Amino acid sequence: MSADTLSAPPRAVRFRGALLPLALFALLAVVPFVAGALGQPFYVSLFTRIMIFAVAALALDLVLGYGGMVSLGHAAYMGVGAYAIGILSFHGVDSGWLQWPLGIGAAALAALVIGALSLRTRGVYFIMITLAFAQMLYYTANALSTYGGDDGMTLWGRSSFSGLVKLSDARTFYWIVFAVLALSYLGLRRVVASKFGRVLRGCKENERRMAAIGYNTALYKLAAFVLSGALAGLSGVLLANHTEFVSPAYMSWVRSGDLIVMVVIGGLGTLHGPIAGAVLVLVLEEVLSKLTQHWWLIFGPLIVLTVWRAKGGVVRLFGGRA
Amino acid sequence: MTLLLVERLAKSFGAVAATRDLSLDVAEGSIHAVIGPNGAGKTTLVAQLAGELRPDAGHVLFDGRDVTRLPVHRRVRLGLARSFQISNTLLSFSLLENVALAVQARHGHSFRFWADASRDGRINAEALAVLQTVGLADRRDRLASEVSHGERRLLEIAIALATGPKMLLLDEPMAGVGPEEGQRMVEMLRTLRGRVTILLIEHDMDAVFRLADRITVLVYGRAIATGTPDEIRADAAVREAYLGEEDDELVA
Ligand SMILES: Nc1ncnc2c1ncn2[C@@H]1O[C@H](COP(=O)(O)OP(=O)(O)OP(=O)(O)O)[C@@H](O)[C@H]1O
Ligand SMILES: [Mg+2]
Repeated sequence: MSADTLSAPPRAVRFRGALLPLALFALLAVVPFVAGALGQPFYVSLFTRIMIFAVAALALDLVLGYGGMVSLGHAAYMGVGAYAIGILSFHGVDSGWLQWPLGIGAAALAALVIGALSLRTRGVYFIMITLAFAQMLYYTANALSTYGGDDGMTLWGRSSFSGLVKLSDARTFYWIVFAVLALSYLGLRRVVASKFGRVLRGCKENERRMAAIGYNTALYKLAAFVLSGALAGLSGVLLANHTEFVSPAYMSWVRSGDLIVMVVIGGLGTLHGPIAGAVLVLVLEEVLSKLTQHWWLIFGPLIVLTVWRAKGGVVRLFGGRA
Repeated sequence: MTLLLVERLAKSFGAVAATRDLSLDVAEGSIHAVIGPNGAGKTTLVAQLAGELRPDAGHVLFDGRDVTRLPVHRRVRLGLARSFQISNTLLSFSLLENVALAVQARHGHSFRFWADASRDGRINAEALAVLQTVGLADRRDRLASEVSHGERRLLEIAIALATGPKMLLLDEPMAGVGPEEGQRMVEMLRTLRGRVTILLIEHDMDAVFRLADRITVLVYGRAIATGTPDEIRADAAVREAYLGEEDDELVA
């Protein structure tokens, strides 16, 4: 065995590890066709929403599952991305070429500032401070009376891309979100296995050790936080386009909690886990909330059961390490 | 030539003075042992030299540079690395990866987001060479959580070595290892002599007197004596304050 193949797992193991992600993406790929066959366009919209949240859950997993940073404010970055679209649209800027980079950039900037301040703290204090900053953004959005205040505001329409693609078409939009999710997933797979990712995983396990071998751990964690914020911002950009509406509720801490639930239920520190988690949580929410308005009474115990029976998330029930 | 110079270092934890007016110099290429009873302040000294603890007073000069206020990772980059008294490895990483991460840190920044780190042949080869130095090459794919206590002690040193240090601060490398593995450790440290300067904290007197060029005796945070092994053996204050009951062992 040569030195450069030392840690690569055998082909069979890698193949088995790829089965579940493939199945997930296959499921998402057939949705528009099934919805078309059943005459249920609603499913296209539901799964668009699911994939948008899956992108945000992936973003959260980078800091939570790989970096060990429990951010309880990730909905805020989604919200910043969404509001960037809303505000630009309000002022008549509907070009996606401008809107999208600005939305992502604004979320990254928010994550940079919040991350730089929060990462000075540890453990439960970190959770509290990320929550506090998210709440500040939430109340700021509430106070933006020009942009609808606590009612939120309806957009003029979806982003335009010089007539290249029409986002207003539900199916086209579905495939764009699908592509964003797939690229985020594949990109993050590279990132977590890269030198950067290895340092990040090391920091999660033992930050003191990482400093003792020469890493400026705070800098690497901050970089992950900003990357994560940017990706969450992109998911917010998609969400604003999907609903053609933005409101402070996008940033509520309940949303942030939902994202954590998706990541933890699906499988912390695996990348297909958060996608599975988003599907599971939002489908269950959809189904259960039709049955009863007290759907959390059913959903709560389900979470407890999953976390208890399937430590490490549902995707680990299917075997394979990650 | 002096590589590490410690000047009038002091550190207290509330009422406990863990380091008192401590001065020390370690010559380049030498093995300098620091001995002292439990709670004498040895680990506290290492923590201040490594940069984890900020001293209340005094200076640390390394390689001609005042590093007293530098953070841990900057000191490591200058060539000052430590091992931990209680093994402190990445338990869910393989031995090779534990060492590879240290090699990776030496190779410059890690803002590389795309290529698979585990397939970096150059880093893996260097990491493997270091594992060979400590005799762990055949365990390279084991997780750090899976290997024996003694092997983890060796891994501690391999990780520190892989940072490419000018100087190693070893905090009781033989803590809790059996006589055979202790022997292995002494042999390994002997091979490092001259290549790396070592500050060795150790309770095993046998090992200390065999390895050290100079010894400093620490009692209640104060250096009560510094000298060659022979001088320390003969030092009356040392015998009285610390070595009393171990007299026989020392003379033997
Ligand atoms: N973080 C801390 N807070 C308070 N007191 C501390 C702290 N660290 C060490 N001490 C105290 O400082 C003194 C020196 O401790 P230190 O761990 O440096 O001793 P040591 O020589 O390494 O002992 P041992 O041989 O047991 O490893 C002890 O009295 C210890 O209780
Ligand atoms: Mg100690």
